Amino acid sequence: MKQGTMQFLRAAALAAAASLASFGAGAQNIKIAYIDPLSGGGATIGEHGLKHLQFLVDTINAKGGVLGGQKLEAVAYDNKGSPQESLVQVQKAIDAGVRFITQGNGSGAAIAISEFISKYNERNPGKEVLYFNYAAVDPALTNEKCSYWHFRWDANSDIKMAALTNFMKDRKEIKKVYIIGQDYSFGHAVRGAAVAMLKQKRPDIQVVGDELHPLLKITDFTPYITKIKASGADSVITGNWGNDMSLLLKAAADAGLQVNWYTYYAGGAGGPTAIKQTGLDHRVFQISEWHTNVPSPSMEAFADSFLKKYGGDSGQGWWYLRMKNQMDMFAGALNQAKSADPKKVAVALSQMKFKNELGAETFMRASDHSLFQDMYISSFGSGTKHDEEKTGWGWKTMGVIKAQDTVIPTSCKMVTPS
Amino acid sequence: MSTIARYWAWIAAALALVALPHIFSSGASITMMSLMGFAVIFALSYNMLLGQTGMLSFGHAVYYGLGGFITAHALNIIGAGKLPIPLPVLPLVGGLAGLSFAIIFGWVSTKRAGTAFAMISLGVGELVAACSLILRGFFGGEGGVSTSRTSTLQLFGLSFGPQIQVYYLIAAWSLACVGAMYAFTRTPMGRMCNAVRDNPERAEFVGYSTQMVRFIAFCTSGFFAGVAGGLAAIHYEIVTASVVGAAPSGFVLLMAYIGGVAFFIGPIIGAILMTALQISLSDYTGAWQLYVGLMFVLMVMYAPLGLAGLLLMHRPLISAGVFSRLLPGYALAAVPALALFAGAVLVIETAHHLLVKASDGPAMRVFWVSYDANSPVAWTVFAALIATGFLAFRRTWPVVSGAWHEATLEARRKLAK
Amino acid sequence: MLELVVFSSLNGVLYGMLLFLLASGLTLIFSMMGVLNFAHASFYMLGAYFGFQISRYIGFWPGLVVAPLLVGVIGALVERYGLRTVHKHGHVAELLFTFGLAFIVEELVQMVWGKIPVDYRIPGALNFSAFTLFDTTFPAYRMFMLLMSIGIFLGLLVLLTRTRVGLIIQAALTHPNIVGTLGHNVPLVFMMVFGVGCGLAALAGVIAGPALVTQPAMAASLGPILFVVVVVGGLGSLSGAFVASLLIGLIQTFAVALNISLADVMAHLGVTLTRESFGGDLWMATVAQVAPIIPYLLLVLVLIFRPHGLMGNRDT
Repeated sequence: MKQGTMQFLRAAALAAAASLASFGAGAQNIKIAYIDPLSGGGATIGEHGLKHLQFLVDTINAKGGVLGGQKLEAVAYDNKGSPQESLVQVQKAIDAGVRFITQGNGSGAAIAISEFISKYNERNPGKEVLYFNYAAVDPALTNEKCSYWHFRWDANSDIKMAALTNFMKDRKEIKKVYIIGQDYSFGHAVRGAAVAMLKQKRPDIQVVGDELHPLLKITDFTPYITKIKASGADSVITGNWGNDMSLLLKAAADAGLQVNWYTYYAGGAGGPTAIKQTGLDHRVFQISEWHTNVPSPSMEAFADSFLKKYGGDSGQGWWYLRMKNQMDMFAGALNQAKSADPKKVAVALSQMKFKNELGAETFMRASDHSLFQDMYISSFGSGTKHDEEKTGWGWKTMGVIKAQDTVIPTSCKMVTPS
Repeated sequence: MSTIARYWAWIAAALALVALPHIFSSGASITMMSLMGFAVIFALSYNMLLGQTGMLSFGHAVYYGLGGFITAHALNIIGAGKLPIPLPVLPLVGGLAGLSFAIIFGWVSTKRAGTAFAMISLGVGELVAACSLILRGFFGGEGGVSTSRTSTLQLFGLSFGPQIQVYYLIAAWSLACVGAMYAFTRTPMGRMCNAVRDNPERAEFVGYSTQMVRFIAFCTSGFFAGVAGGLAAIHYEIVTASVVGAAPSGFVLLMAYIGGVAFFIGPIIGAILMTALQISLSDYTGAWQLYVGLMFVLMVMYAPLGLAGLLLMHRPLISAGVFSRLLPGYALAAVPALALFAGAVLVIETAHHLLVKASDGPAMRVFWVSYDANSPVAWTVFAALIATGFLAFRRTWPVVSGAWHEATLEARRKLAK
Repeated sequence: MLELVVFSSLNGVLYGMLLFLLASGLTLIFSMMGVLNFAHASFYMLGAYFGFQISRYIGFWPGLVVAPLLVGVIGALVERYGLRTVHKHGHVAELLFTFGLAFIVEELVQMVWGKIPVDYRIPGALNFSAFTLFDTTFPAYRMFMLLMSIGIFLGLLVLLTRTRVGLIIQAALTHPNIVGTLGHNVPLVFMMVFGVGCGLAALAGVIAGPALVTQPAMAASLGPILFVVVVVGGLGSLSGAFVASLLIGLIQTFAVALNISLADVMAHLGVTLTRESFGGDLWMATVAQVAPIIPYLLLVLVLIFRPHGLMGNRDT
């Protein structure tokens, strides 16, 4: 009994000490922290993204890991979608010995993290941290707010909007467009780009509505749908993601709104199910770097194995080719640098050329650390090989933009640390 | 407490604040101690309302958050204009901001007391939170306002880049604010607050305007909340709209109440404990907020004086030298209490594992024991722990209360001599 | 424009009636026991989740009956073993107790059903459109929600004004002590009212769950609005709660439809304001953007200038 008590006390003291003292620094695994919303309105996609990362880490480890046998390890932190909370979590991750951080959902959080890491690296030489951004597409991140420690694997929202409007400009049936978006930096960027580019490419198109709604707070989009309906729009442009996309589509289905949708993220959780409900066959378009029906045997097999493992009841499959690019390139950079030192990894990454799973060439631009890759415009509907969320409908390619055609200039003045 | 003893208590606190980062020197622990620093100020400022003046506020984060925003803006202006203002005085800006907003909102909300005040504070809180999404020039929209603490005038070669320097800044401000708030409780004004809390009618009869007393308490409290917010802004170098929201307002209530609102030291204990729990407990269990919630509700039900109340209850007994008589009873009751506690924790952890981490499989480990989460044996053991713990605790409790009763009587007898 | 008005009114009334289902219970509980139940919206959430869980096994319709009953029993137990213990510490302690309870319920819900929204589907029998007006359809399920909440409202009205139980409750609203001296078991009445209030909230949850997303944040986002309704209507006044519910429901729905900002109004008066002028964001904010503020502004103003609320007869 006495010994037991002593043991208990010692263990309790150890636990207390561990909470204050430093966390194990001698860990063998190379940790990558996933900082995204795992609760609240963004959690649906945050959780699914985490499964992506876990699957990629497992795949890389199963192939023997990196640097001749070292393993990668994914650690998840919930930022609740808030920029400030993200910084608390980044700090926690750094204290836990993490040197590589990935985040994607929410440009507000992304900008906060990028600025924090720049400051942190400047103040803590020798303890640098890298930030891999797989989805936050605010153009500012690779323009006026660019950072040497930030790398982005997704095309920024201007590139995507340029591709979307190029596609829209040839569709003569578009007369009236309604723009709806989330009220934050990314939503503003989408709206600004859409208005400017439409004006330039199709001055005859009338923008009949220009709406911003609170981010991830609306549970009933019916009033907004009523408004779109009343405006007489034939097309809607939206950058919405997460619940804001699926609930918007759901409300549209309930009200029987018959318009064409030009979206960034209609393929996110619940989106396909909601589109099927609206009955809009091949009238919802999405711009992305990949979709499940891009022909490529190896990528299709990869997506299938993910679906089998994590698809579950919802049937949500693989979304982010860009995260696969990211992790494959990260592993490649580690091996190329022959070190897990973030500074060396950053050098290797900053001008890497990479042939992705589709066999297509992609390249990281050194001047703003953003990856250029082929982009696909696809529409959602019947008659496809692979379907989404067990709806029987899937994405069909409507147009491809080659990587070199997506290159747009950057205002970034990259400061390379000595 | 004699004056000299009190004097030594402050010196000891100051020495402890200086020494702590040398004992716990990792980045994580210094960060945590910094968080504790401004949490203590925030919780104490909250208790000026709830504990001292009897005003239950559901919107105290408004002053904390606005103090933070103004501090961040001030930092940016100072950095851009190269104004010769050093960083250490900036929390004062936050405090003044908190004070100004407390004057504005306090003017309307302190007209009422009781439930009406609580409701107005909730309304003001929600109002400011909703405004934060509209006035994006000031609140910085969803991305918040970011700033840099190193761009100010540097005195004595302190850049305030390294976390340790910020820790000492926060520690110094915390000590000063705690001292000031303690002094406030000793002033006639502080005493009037207590009178307004305990018997507003009599306070009115004596000739004081209860509304004015509430207003002054509210403004003072807003000032210190603003200081805490300013320190938080310096620490994080970003302030976002979420800091004026309902969550931090609720959390400060939990901190103050769990610590004990009837004692000056209560919110300090609460702030330190809750900050530690918030940061470390979440590393051990995903259900940490559930524990916090349960702890709060149990406190409200059975120990409304909070942790400080439970500790300070023993002071007369210790000074009378009869504390040791309680120990056998405590030791006896501790066994079933621990069993009950362990059983409850095991149930929560196992359920959490089964429900939240279902994909990890049933194998799990709690309290250095490995078992299968879905094994009936384990659940039977938990049920037995809880049931026997509960029944035995009820049996042993009379022993404790009997010993308590005797010891108190003895203590009174001794003190009467 | 007409369709906007028609559909916004329908949705506004619908939202208002749902609010009333919650507000009626809350205001009854407050007037009898003096407890502002912070956890009331949590019982609404529990109703939605219970309804979801039951609908997965035996369908939506049994859930409509079973879930509110279950939650009602839980509510009664909470009153009996929780609130009554705390009662001796005063009203602040009671308020704090329900505050803590709301916290715990949210955590438990997250633990049991996860942090992401659950897939609570509209029953197949109601998955069609009720009518089409100006080629906008109005879903049958929304029609059902509307009729349900109006039905319950009428039921409550009858119960309170035409039955003996209603008489006792009405008497207890204003003079609880006298009702006690008349020999009625006031604690039992309290427990029943608390249970029934929670059950009503749960019923609102079951019918709102499929249409308005069942997720752990639903209680926290509805709770404050609920207080606004009860306080604006006048604490203890059921008719006040009814008026305030409809008012808030309509305000919230119509505000979204209006894209007018102060700058637009001023433009008509010949004054040009831009985002760059002093207080720019304030002038440029449209009514739609300001919508979330309006209820709270109303709350603060009512508490200051009309502490009885719109139709209440006692001070807050």
